[in-house]
Amino acid sequence: MELVFAITIGALTGSGVYLLLRARTFPVVVGLTLLSYGVNLFLFSTGRLVTGGQPIIGSTGTYTDPLPQALVLTAIVIGFAMTAFVVVLSLRSQADTGDDHVDGLRESPENPDKNGQGASQ
Amino acid sequence: MTLSLVVLLPFIGAIAAPLFAQAGRTAIAIASTVPAVVALAALFPHWKTLAAGDVLVQTYEWLPSLGLSLSFRLDGLSLLFALLILIIGILIILYARYYLKKHENVAKFYSLLLLFMGSMLGIVLSSNLILMLIFWELTSLVSFLLISFWNHKKDARRGARMALAVTGGGGLALLAGVLLLGHIVGSFELDAVLAAGDQIKAHALYPITLTLVLLGAFTKSAQFPFHFWLPHAMQAPTPVSAYLHSATMVKAGVFLLARLYPALAGTDQWFYMVSFTGMATLLLGAYVALFKHDLKGLLAHSTVSHLGLITLLFGMGTELAAVAAVFHIINHATFKASLFMAAGIIDHETGTRDMRQINGLWRYMPHTATLAMVAASSMAGVPLLNGFLSKEMFFAESLELNLPGLWAYLPPVVATLAGIFAVAYSARFIHDVFFNGKPVNLPIYPPSEPPRYMKIPVEILVFACVMVGMFPAFSVGPLLYAAAAATLAGPVPDYQLAILHGFNLPLMMSFLAFFGGLAMYTQRQRFFDFHARFREIDEKAVFEAVVAYLADFAERLTARLENGSLQRYAMLLVVTAGTVAFLPLVDLGISIGAEGLSPIDVPTAVGALVLVGCALATVAMHRERLYSLILLSVVGLMVAMTFARFSAPDLALTQLSVEVVTVVLLMLALYYLPSWTPIEASGVRRWRDTAIALAAGIGMTLLTLAMLTRPFTSISEFFLANSKSGGGGTNVVNVILVDFRGFDTLGEITVLAIAALGIYAMLREIKLAPPSSDGLGNPWSVDAHPTMLKQVSRPLLPLAIMVSVYIFLRGHNVPGGGFIAGLITSIALILQYIASGMAWTQHRMRFRYQPMLALGVLIATLTGIGSYAFDYPFLTSSFAYVTLPVVGKFEVATAMIFDMGVYLTVIGATLLLMVSLGRLSMKFDQPNRGNAQGGA
Repeated sequence: MELVFAITIGALTGSGVYLLLRARTFPVVVGLTLLSYGVNLFLFSTGRLVTGGQPIIGSTGTYTDPLPQALVLTAIVIGFAMTAFVVVLSLRSQADTGDDHVDGLRESPENPDKNGQGASQ
Repeated sequence: MTLSLVVLLPFIGAIAAPLFAQAGRTAIAIASTVPAVVALAALFPHWKTLAAGDVLVQTYEWLPSLGLSLSFRLDGLSLLFALLILIIGILIILYARYYLKKHENVAKFYSLLLLFMGSMLGIVLSSNLILMLIFWELTSLVSFLLISFWNHKKDARRGARMALAVTGGGGLALLAGVLLLGHIVGSFELDAVLAAGDQIKAHALYPITLTLVLLGAFTKSAQFPFHFWLPHAMQAPTPVSAYLHSATMVKAGVFLLARLYPALAGTDQWFYMVSFTGMATLLLGAYVALFKHDLKGLLAHSTVSHLGLITLLFGMGTELAAVAAVFHIINHATFKASLFMAAGIIDHETGTRDMRQINGLWRYMPHTATLAMVAASSMAGVPLLNGFLSKEMFFAESLELNLPGLWAYLPPVVATLAGIFAVAYSARFIHDVFFNGKPVNLPIYPPSEPPRYMKIPVEILVFACVMVGMFPAFSVGPLLYAAAAATLAGPVPDYQLAILHGFNLPLMMSFLAFFGGLAMYTQRQRFFDFHARFREIDEKAVFEAVVAYLADFAERLTARLENGSLQRYAMLLVVTAGTVAFLPLVDLGISIGAEGLSPIDVPTAVGALVLVGCALATVAMHRERLYSLILLSVVGLMVAMTFARFSAPDLALTQLSVEVVTVVLLMLALYYLPSWTPIEASGVRRWRDTAIALAAGIGMTLLTLAMLTRPFTSISEFFLANSKSGGGGTNVVNVILVDFRGFDTLGEITVLAIAALGIYAMLREIKLAPPSSDGLGNPWSVDAHPTMLKQVSRPLLPLAIMVSVYIFLRGHNVPGGGFIAGLITSIALILQYIASGMAWTQHRMRFRYQPMLALGVLIATLTGIGSYAFDYPFLTSSFAYVTLPVVGKFEVATAMIFDMGVYLTVIGATLLLMVSLGRLSMKFDQPNRGNAQGGA
């Protein structure tokens, strides 16, 4: 069980990181979302994997650790706010530059990329 | 009070003096003198107690937690320095009145000079070492401004920069040294540090502490190899050179050696580091001084040499040598300050400082010439002048060093050799300038005597040279004794302040130096020819080159790291985080802890497979954005299932509702963005990113595995035990959110509100044209709002709101609560917008979401503040059980009001951002496309 759970988190993290490194805004937003799934599951699992328990007093014999759950609950909501913010930021960038590249305005005349190392390959 | 006043007065003067600038140079000079004179008068009454060996300490608390206090301390040594600073300062103020020209920024000059005086007094009078360090840095800064006073000159700016870099760098080393001293002793107060000498010297950190402190002292006092800044600081106006670079600032370094002498001296390390540095500086400065054609250059190198002499004396470590060092500090300050002033007069009256041009001035300014010749003789160590006395003591001490074998000859030989050079360059100063034929091409011809009052400071100092030289015991004896006693912090050895000590070896050395020096001067052409064979190193060019190289290196490094590409930064961030995490992970290894693995059931395994498969598919399909988004939503649902599977019903509910809102949001955004991603990255880059992603994924897998298989203890026992009794609820997750950790939640809903407002602001003035067709080129459906959806969604609204109220109310005891209820209400409302369009819905829901958002945060905050009214800390909750007819017994808690705030904030934030985004399409509504909202 633990191994499968760990692999799941690893897959979410790896997928998130790969998309995070893309050049266009939308895949980056998707990547951030995947990454936050992974992080939330990881935080959640610090309370260990309990089957058939509840964090409700008097409802069951086995209690789960309520603290990580409380942390993750707010993390989910905050993660949503962050995703929303980033996606609107990318809309704004699209509106202002006419392009959805994460580096914004590239090769503008005022600020030429001197080293030619821009990530626009 | 008096000591802090003495330090404070010049600072007040620095602010006040410029007010007199309109009234002319004389007025501002007089105004600047006042604080110095008052400070001098304030010190005077303490003389009796200090002479008896007492110490005056005055302390005010500043930041006691950091060991920092405003404490000042006056003893013989600090009195000696305070007198030098104040008396020579007053003379400089008078001198500068005539030196500066009318059109120059006199107010700035005097202001800076007083600032410097205050900082310098701060160094010598501070009892707290940190406080001393603050003043120490202040002198570096003010000296930077003074050296670059003529900031239109490039050389002045460069010289100032070099001085600041060297002394400021040394100041950093000193800071580290002082912090170590405080660490060893446990206090930064001077009394404690001086009393802990044995403890410091025995400590393991002593070598590094001493090295750092010495770095500070050596840079400030221009010791080899840091001596090069001082000659270049000669670009300063001459009063500055006379004050800072002969009498005060460069003496701060040797003052530090004297001040910390009881705490640090007496070890082999001290002996070798200090005495050899001093010896090298002494010889090098004296040698170079001879070849300088610039009058001030000669004096500057001579100063370097004399500072080396003082350092060498402190390095010797004998008590008599320390007395001689203190004595030479006084003597050097008097004759060198007067020489600088004389050089300034010559510069002022001839327009140049080049000794190849200035010759035979005796005929034009005999008065100044006499004064300068007496001072120069003192510098050379001619009998009956003060320089002779301390130099004799120095010669005597150089014979007393117990070095093994032939090394014993080194100090006396170096001393004599430096003495020969000193006589030779002094002879050059006298003979070249005042005799030696006629002036050559002087810019100002014929030169004449300066104004009467410009000579007075020189006269006073030269008079002091003669008085100390002829009547040492009478003139300077008590002060020297008090200063020496304070330096040694113990008994002062017997010493004789007599003009002659009989016919002995030191006297022989003096004779040798005197006649050797004269002989060297007469044969100077040979030495000049010899010296000309060596290429002179221009320290300024070297320094500038090093600075330029460093700046260039930093620029290139920055350009490589920070090339304006967010994509690059994201990569660096991920790689850095991975690298930092790597080492601890290696320690952990691929390890399965004591708990071992538990068996897995089939449904869970299938669920995990779906989750992992969809996550990977999201990546694989990421160029087809819509498909990628659909796959992402599956991942989100599976995450919600995971929460449900592992006993977290609250999380499952939250994740589920957030997932719905997120996907709708991303769909809306995708409407305005390209629907596919072009292939831009090269194959290499994609492989690199794959490698990074794999490393991150594998790392997280190993980390999670290692964590999950280890036993753990949790602080949650407390929450489980107190949730019912203390928080009045059985749903511990909810009680933690609204009660135990309510303050965190308050912060989180605030962040949510800020994010929503930020989104609202970003979208207000945006100009985004909706595409006329979808990514595949198909036109949008004419039927933007299908009738079926409309008809189903409308009755759903009251039902959904009822459910959310239920979820809200029960949240304290069973899964639910403000967050989840808020999200459910939001989804129900969003559904109306989607189904019936912006215009229709807005027409029927005429309220704004910003006030709702604010109200939510306000309610939550006020609930917290409410507990103050009952004398409880912020956000203390209370609850009661109420019995109503029909409903029965139920619980009422203040935490519920707080949760209400959460509920309203969540609705306000979610709707605000959704509606802001949805409204974009209304601007572009064209009849032929109908309501395109939500049509992505």
